Amino acid sequence: MTVRQADFLMAIATILMSLGLMWSSTDGLAIGWVSGKGPGSGFWPFWLAVGMLLCSLATLVRWFLRHTPESRSTEIYMSRSAVVVVGTSVGALIALLVGIHIVGTYFALLAFLLFYLKVIGRHEWPLTVMLVGGIPVFIFSLFEWALQIPLPKALTEEWFYPVFDIMYETDYFWMYILGSFLFLGAVSLALHKFLPGQDR
Amino acid sequence: METILISLAGGLLQAFEPLNLMMIVLGCTVGLFVGAMPGLGSVNGVAILLPITFLVPPTAAIIFLAAVYYGAMYGGAISSITLGIPGASTAVATVFDGRPLAMAGKADQALTAAAIASFIGGTISVVLFTLFAPPLADFALKFGPPEEFALMVLAFATFIGLGGDDIPKTIFSILIGLVLAAVGLDIISGKPRLIFFDASGFLHGVNFLVLAIGIYGIGEMLWTLETTGGKVIVHKVKMSVAGFMANIRSVRTYIKSTSLGSVLGYFVGTLPAAGATPASLMSYGLAKTFSRDPDSFGKGNIAGVAAPEAANNAASTGSMLPMITLGIPGSPTTAILLGGMIIWGLRPGPLLFTERPDFVWGLIGSLYVANLFTVLINLAFIPVFVRVLTLPFTVLAPVIFVLCIVGGYAPTQTMHDVWLMLLFGVMGYLMRKLNYPVAPAVLAIVLGPLAERSLRQSLLSSQGDVLIFVERPISATCIALAAALMLYPLFLAWRRRREAAAGDSGSHPGASG
Repeated sequence: MTVRQADFLMAIATILMSLGLMWSSTDGLAIGWVSGKGPGSGFWPFWLAVGMLLCSLATLVRWFLRHTPESRSTEIYMSRSAVVVVGTSVGALIALLVGIHIVGTYFALLAFLLFYLKVIGRHEWPLTVMLVGGIPVFIFSLFEWALQIPLPKALTEEWFYPVFDIMYETDYFWMYILGSFLFLGAVSLALHKFLPGQDR
Repeated sequence: METILISLAGGLLQAFEPLNLMMIVLGCTVGLFVGAMPGLGSVNGVAILLPITFLVPPTAAIIFLAAVYYGAMYGGAISSITLGIPGASTAVATVFDGRPLAMAGKADQALTAAAIASFIGGTISVVLFTLFAPPLADFALKFGPPEEFALMVLAFATFIGLGGDDIPKTIFSILIGLVLAAVGLDIISGKPRLIFFDASGFLHGVNFLVLAIGIYGIGEMLWTLETTGGKVIVHKVKMSVAGFMANIRSVRTYIKSTSLGSVLGYFVGTLPAAGATPASLMSYGLAKTFSRDPDSFGKGNIAGVAAPEAANNAASTGSMLPMITLGIPGSPTTAILLGGMIIWGLRPGPLLFTERPDFVWGLIGSLYVANLFTVLINLAFIPVFVRVLTLPFTVLAPVIFVLCIVGGYAPTQTMHDVWLMLLFGVMGYLMRKLNYPVAPAVLAIVLGPLAERSLRQSLLSSQGDVLIFVERPISATCIALAAALMLYPLFLAWRRRREAAAGDSGSHPGASG
């Protein structure tokens, strides 16, 4: 697909989006003047969406007249390598979000990081282990412990009960966090020692 | 003047409180890293880190984010010089002379100059900020809904007149941001609206962070993954104490153009559409024009590194002026800060100075301190930053993605918003590739609720008469300026056409002319 074709498709998409927004703004809402109450609830979004429609139409007209650089460009919109790198990342992100709904944030993160670092990045095991283990521990201590914002855990909710017991019962939870990082560091070092340059 | 000095002293004291000081040091360091990473700039750092600041009180939170903002402006120069890739768009002009200097083995000289120039820019601009902010806030106290609305129209008009992007696409971006802000319960009647597919997640509206993290976190990472492909070449940097002192002494060769660039940067920075990137480019141009040796620019002139770096730091302070005094952000980064202030329960605008002087002066005081700390941390850790830049993107990208996902979840704690964020990220990336500017949309979603309320209140008080916006002097001035800005591109196009026509008839004497 060339940039010119993509520009045309995007203009069509924005026109449809504007029409959808206009329709949605009139859905049971007043778009004009309501006597005694001023402009109705749908007034602001409706007229903004009309503006969006006009802009999209202007883009389309300029596309026909070849006024903009994008409407003249015959370059490839996304090269094959771009599709691969962006597509894999977006795919992995979608899988991560689906995973959060099923196995919860932390286990989905493990899988996502493992995939990204090992399959896409092809990094060595020590670094992979450090990050795959370290990032979820960091996120857990930041959100569940410090910010007290529980992240979704779905099916694995119960697995965290023992951790919460420790977290709420001791004032020294930071020692456990530090301990997990030290443990991960030790594992990484051991791997570094016993798997020297194995997958470089 | 005396009251300003007293308040400033109070603010400085506040900046030195242990928690705030810690936030400054932490923010500067994080900001330096964020700025140094190719593809990540202040706006990305602030958007991704904002949810984490719920940990500390509002004053400490904004101090942290302002320090990140500052640090990122300094840090942008590091990758511009050592990698030849601008760390952020604000550091593009730094590449022009920074890269040739690095190739000639003078990377240390360029890095030191960038740090010192940033310090000069930061200092000059923060002094200007202290002088301008209180009177401007006093003046803005007179504003009613019509003035507020007119001011917002003016802010958006700067994108159309000065943004330099495709105009229909710019307006589209502004409008879609405003519409997204309208999703959810109507602020006046309480009626639900724009509940797409009857999804209950839309009832609480679209949080501005969902759009900001989507575009500046996920979208930006996708963009960077595509453009760099993860491959970068780093230039070696050798630092020594003797060389460092010599570099410090060379300040006098560029102090004049740097100071000029700082003042310019500050004022350009206060305009919502302009900001740090054009400010640094203009400052570069200015330094070149007034240089005794303009030909050496682009081939490794140290002033060509210093001038843009001073300007982009000055612009970042400048963009905070309208945010603090008027409640209108001067840049996408300050738009996110403004959204954060609303989350923290503060009402940005002129009343902030009278209602929460501790907050405002704490922020101003911290800008002075942050400026000093950033230059020290920067100079001390240049070798470390350079080492970090060799991290492959396949390590950085998943870390940023994870921060985006959990950061998108934190404000409202629904997965609905996380999915929406991913959608915005991918859409933003695809649209950005077609030259749709994304910054106006982020500014618009933050200002949207305020814009709608002030418009409807104005219309209600005038019984639907739109003339209310031109009958009051301040709002009439804003509307007139906005109209001029919107017509400016048309004028440019008309003049270009006329010049082209004149050129044509000139080159073909005796033709139709």
